[in-house]
Amino acid sequence: MAAKTIISRPIYGTLSPQPGKHHLFIADAEGALAITDMAGKAPPGFFDGAEIDFIPGSEGKHIAALEALKPAQLHIAPSFASLLPRLKQTLANAHMGLRLYLAGTEGLIGQAMQAALEAGMDHTSIQTEHRGSLARRMQCVHCKGITENVTTQPALCSHCGLLLLVRDHYSRRLAAFQGVCINAEDRSEIPPMEEAFP
Amino acid sequence: MSTGTTKLDVVVSDVVPVNHLVTRFHFRRRDGGLLPTFSGGAHVVVEMRDSDRTRLNPYSLMGSPLDTREYTISVRRDDVGRGGSLFMHRQVKPGLEMVISYPVNLFSLDLRAKKHLMLAGGIGITPFMAQTSQLAGAGGNFELHYTCRTASLGTYADVLRQRYGNRVRLYHDDREERIDLDRLLSSQPLGTHLYVCGPAGMINWVRDRAAALGWPSETVHFEHFAAPQPGAPFDVTLALSGKTIRVGEQQSLLEAMEAAGVDPPYLCRGGVCGQCETNVISSDGKFIHNDHWLSEEDHRSGCKIMPCVSRFEGKSLVLER
Ligand code: FES
Repeated sequence: MAAKTIISRPIYGTLSPQPGKHHLFIADAEGALAITDMAGKAPPGFFDGAEIDFIPGSEGKHIAALEALKPAQLHIAPSFASLLPRLKQTLANAHMGLRLYLAGTEGLIGQAMQAALEAGMDHTSIQTEHRGSLARRMQCVHCKGITENVTTQPALCSHCGLLLLVRDHYSRRLAAFQGVCINAEDRSEIPPMEEAFP
Repeated sequence: MSTGTTKLDVVVSDVVPVNHLVTRFHFRRRDGGLLPTFSGGAHVVVEMRDSDRTRLNPYSLMGSPLDTREYTISVRRDDVGRGGSLFMHRQVKPGLEMVISYPVNLFSLDLRAKKHLMLAGGIGITPFMAQTSQLAGAGGNFELHYTCRTASLGTYADVLRQRYGNRVRLYHDDREERIDLDRLLSSQPLGTHLYVCGPAGMINWVRDRAAALGWPSETVHFEHFAAPQPGAPFDVTLALSGKTIRVGEQQSLLEAMEAAGVDPPYLCRGGVCGQCETNVISSDGKFIHNDHWLSEEDHRSGCKIMPCVSRFEGKSLVLER
């Protein structure tokens, strides 16, 4: 789990079974392991009312482990973008009592959280657990473009090409970290690019 | 000076009987100016000069927050209570000059909610009078379920029905009408916040069912003004002022401190806000914790007490303040 540095930096926890009958899990890659770990603490029948939406990624791992939990529904999606319409639909039709669990990368957690907030859920009532890559979703404060899966510091904006310092300043509305030009005074100054968010 | 208890000098501008238990009181500023703005769910503490003692009771503001020319409260007469409501009913007449606190809101609406579901029991309707006015003015989405003993005790039920039509549902105990709570709670759209005000039993029932049905606690709001419970008199020493005082049978610890010239902080006087919390320095006896503020662990430890509602039985008690 990433250390808390500034107030807007999200803090993630450990998934734990919440009371209620309807449970929705959104996970990517190693986020599946957060779900299987939590399953050990869940009361019998917990997954009877559960839907798991899973984005396995290129390696396609962990699907069998989720199947073994026998959730009411297991939906496999190639990317978050392809999952989003379904998620929005589910949330729009949902009733109070639906519990949401997000597990995996920060980008996934942030974007799923954003959809849930739009649907009226309170961020404090959503369970999150960070697993896997620390890659960040970054917004360039200059051109406003979003770059996914940023792993380096500084990072290149994929839209305007500026070299950006990836800040810990996080926007819940955008589900993204802010990237600010690192060499605004003198563009010829190019600090070394290092892997910072493996 | 007590936190949040800045005073307002007011005059009683009207006293209106509502039904055989409830009377409404209107207050205006003595200098004719506007009263401070408040939000739906706020209460004021009314000071009652009852011969040699001062009673301080909290009452929810029930007027529209959009109109600050006057404040209105409704008081349900309690013939076996400690006398505050009887004082209001018997002694308070139009023209009487009174002192009330600035409004404090411990039961405010969460305006991020997509929908507000309100449950009122009996006189617990008063904060919802202001909240519904506030929401209706802003085009807010709300639904109010109101249970009362009989139609004649359905205080303001007619006003609410007239204002909001089917957004208000009434349930009468004498006709054995009961809220189908599980169904109601399970059918609310995501983003609904729940508000409940009424007797303790109702609040506990609603909170328990909501939790069991998966409502996050952040979406469940409740207000319960527990009147201080009477009990056996006891003595207490206040370490900071070095005073030893006696808490009478009908008096709360907070009231006894005030009578002794100590000025402890308070906001709710009902064991919910946490403002009056004080540390126990030593004790030999048993605490009767009536508050909803301290955790069970705090209660068991005997290290803290809420003087507005809690009591003590035993040989000796020393408090910090
Ligand atoms: S005054 Fe609010 S808890 Fe005592």
